[in-house]
Amino acid sequence: MSVRLRIISAIQQIATEQHVVLPPLEDNLSLHETGFDSLAFAILVARLEDDLGIDPFTISADASFPLTIGDFIRAYENVPA
Amino acid sequence: MSPREIFALRDYLDPTLKDRNLSDAGHSVSLTDIADRTCLKGRLAELSGRSVLLAVTGQYLAALSMIDIDGIARRMLLCPPDLNADHLAAIIADAEIDAVVTDQPDRFAASGVALVVTAREDLQPATRAQTERATEWLMLTSGTLGLPKIVGHTLEGLTGAIAADGPARGVRPVWATFYDIRRYGGLQIFLRAIVGGGSMVLSEPGEPIADHIARLKDKAVTHMSGTPSHWRKLLMSGAACAFSPRYVRLSGEIADQAVLDGLRQAFPSASIGHAYASTEAGVGFAVNDGLEGFPAALIGANRDGVEMKVVDGCLRIRSRRAAHAYVGRQAAVLTDEEGFVDTGDMVELRGDRYHFVGRRGGIINIGGLKVHPEEIEAVINRHGEVRMSRVRARRSPITGAIVVADVVLADGCDLSRSEEIRHKIIADCKANLAPHKVPAMIKFVEKLDVTAAGKLARSDA
Repeated sequence: MSVRLRIISAIQQIATEQHVVLPPLEDNLSLHETGFDSLAFAILVARLEDDLGIDPFTISADASFPLTIGDFIRAYENVPA
Repeated sequence: MSPREIFALRDYLDPTLKDRNLSDAGHSVSLTDIADRTCLKGRLAELSGRSVLLAVTGQYLAALSMIDIDGIARRMLLCPPDLNADHLAAIIADAEIDAVVTDQPDRFAASGVALVVTAREDLQPATRAQTERATEWLMLTSGTLGLPKIVGHTLEGLTGAIAADGPARGVRPVWATFYDIRRYGGLQIFLRAIVGGGSMVLSEPGEPIADHIARLKDKAVTHMSGTPSHWRKLLMSGAACAFSPRYVRLSGEIADQAVLDGLRQAFPSASIGHAYASTEAGVGFAVNDGLEGFPAALIGANRDGVEMKVVDGCLRIRSRRAAHAYVGRQAAVLTDEEGFVDTGDMVELRGDRYHFVGRRGGIINIGGLKVHPEEIEAVINRHGEVRMSRVRARRSPITGAIVVADVVLADGCDLSRSEEIRHKIIADCKANLAPHKVPAMIKFVEKLDVTAAGKLARSDA
């Protein structure tokens, strides 16, 4: 499964657990519009770190926080393996 | 007025009591005639009035040495086996050590301590020594970070709870403990065996649990103590069925309902009690009704010289069994102005019982809210599929931290059910805990580390 698919699948799983109804997950959807609160994002980042072995938001001190779903996925895709 | 009579360990070795033994995996000695022998090869008199560091490798030799030294030396500091060698010089200076009893004399050749006496497991006949004084017993706290604190006790204080409980009825007890007897919890059991006229079976580091249990069975152990983590390890091993103690005692960590129920199931005919004790406060109380926590009526009353109060949610104890001081050059004050020891253990009143919720220093911070890991672990542990758990904070760049639970499943629990179990645990936590305490992640792990003192290792505590 690609990084993108794993991220989408993790978002969907957490949405179910947190009772969040997601809009369609398109790249230009702003993270704010997903309905995720900060806890849901914290869980997402922690799970992805376990799954993918990386946390792009702590690796680089100057990493800018993503604004959209597309930014968020690219943050993971751009980390050198 | 006649001086008060002083008892040392040797004075409890009644030559008329037969069939008492002290043993570990490789040695056994009769406690009936041990008072006429020595492990110090005739050098005991040199220790008279000295401050002695007892630094031997194994518990068996430690036990023999304690019996020799108590009542002769001014002080005896019990070195636990896992003492960080970097701390030794500071401890020697703080406790004003001027003699070492050890089975590794080379290790102390350059310590600056003038008198080094070698202890040996092969006992030699000796004239029964006369108790000269009340030796001060020094123990080290088991904190994981920094220099351990040196805590001063007397034998009278250390055995206060044993005297209060009275002699064991019926057959003399054969005691055993998972603890090392150079720790407060283990020393209590060793002293119970010696003072109470019983026998003692020591634990052996690294011994497989099945072999340990076989030895306990072989020696007909009737009374056994350990931390809840020790007992969970036994329950997980599948070896419990080979063992049927009459008394099971838990101390050193919070005994939650799950571990009490697990032990009740494993040892249906045993009496199961959990005791509250700490190196500083001594033995506070024991609870024998099979329920977690303790009756609220214990607070405020003076029972057998132990008084307790709750200040800012924290348990404080004033007791004749408490240590009398911290020892050392920069020793902190042990008690508040009224003589109460602040235990650092947080309690919460629910109905007519107080429940332990965690250590004041072990609080994790979740989005600015305080969380006791132990409170969440207690909810998780009551699931039949769970053997033990550890809750910790996982720092996150977004919220600061989230609650993560590492869970060890009970024997025979199928990992393919992990999703179902995860959902069950989360649902139960949501129903019983504030939202910020509900674990955001549950990881199933093979095992959780337990420290040398028998407590669940908390890396971020």
